[in-house]
Amino acid sequence: MNTQAFLFYVFAAILVFAAMRVVTARNPVHAALWLVLAFFTAAAHWLMLRAEFLAIALVLVYVGAVMVLFLFVVMMLDVNFDTLRSQFRSYVPVGATVFALVLLEMALVLLGNRPVGIAAGTAPTPPGGNTRALGRLLYTDYVYPFEIAAVVLLVAIIAAIALTHRRRRETKYQDPGAQVKVRAADRLRIVSMKSEKRES
Amino acid sequence: MSFLAAPPTLAHYLVLAAILFAISMAGIFLNRKNVIILLMAIELMLLAVNLNFIAFSSFLDDMAGQAFVFFILTIAAAESAIGLAILVLLFRNVGSIDVEDLDRLKG
Repeated sequence: MNTQAFLFYVFAAILVFAAMRVVTARNPVHAALWLVLAFFTAAAHWLMLRAEFLAIALVLVYVGAVMVLFLFVVMMLDVNFDTLRSQFRSYVPVGATVFALVLLEMALVLLGNRPVGIAAGTAPTPPGGNTRALGRLLYTDYVYPFEIAAVVLLVAIIAAIALTHRRRRETKYQDPGAQVKVRAADRLRIVSMKSEKRES
Repeated sequence: MSFLAAPPTLAHYLVLAAILFAISMAGIFLNRKNVIILLMAIELMLLAVNLNFIAFSSFLDDMAGQAFVFFILTIAAAESAIGLAILVLLFRNVGSIDVEDLDRLKG
C-alpha cells in the first residue's frame, strides 16, 4: 500500500466533506468553521505537492486572517439566518443540476485530454527549499506583478476603512488644526472703557 | 485495494479540484439569498483553482504556477476584505443581507 495515495484519499475525503458542509450548513458560523477545515486540508494537499511555503501561507493568511474576518462579520451582523434559508429546499434541484453539469463537463475535458501521462515531477528540491526558490522567482521574474499586488493590498486596506468608517456627530473630539490656527483675537476681546469711581 | 497501490497522479488532483469547484458552484445556487455564504463559496472556488495551479506546478516542475497562486491569494484576500466591508455597510443601510432586498438600482 502506498502511503502517499492513502494520505491523498483521506485528505480528499475530508476536503470534499468540508466543502459540502460549507454550502449546506444551517448556521453561517458553522459554515465558516467548515471552510477553515477545508483550507487546512487543502494546505495538507499542497504540502504533499511540495509547495511548502504556500501551504503555510494558506494557513496563516486564510485561516488566520481572512476566516477570522469572516467570523467577526458573521457574528457582528444581527440577521435572522433562517429566513435567508427559507427557500433552500426549492433551490436544491437547480443546485444539483448545476453540480452534475459542471462535474460532467470537467470529466469530459479530463477524459478527452488524458493528462494522466504526465509523470510526477522528479526535479530535486532546490537548495534552500521551496521558499527560497519561490522568493527568488517573485523578486526577479515577477517583481512588477509583486509590486502591483502590494498596491492592490494597500487599496484594499484604504477601501475597507473608508467604506466602514463612520463619523458620529454626537462624539466630542479635538481638532488640532483649529487649535493651532487660533489667534488671541478669537478668544480675547479688549474693550476700552472709563474707570468708574468708587462709591463712598 | 488496487487504487492505493500507486502514488496519486495529476489526474487525481484535477478530479479533486473539479469536484470542489462543482460543489462551490452548486453552493452559489443553493444559497443565493445569503451574501456571506456566497462569498465563502467564491473562496472555495479560488481554492479549487489554486489546487489545480499547484498540482500542475508540482507535476511539471515549474515554479511559475506557485507564483501565480501567491498572487491569487493576495488578490483573494483583498477581495474578501472589501466584500465584507461592503456587506457590513449594506447591513447598516438596508438592515438585511438578502440578495433579493438589493434592488435599489432597478431603473
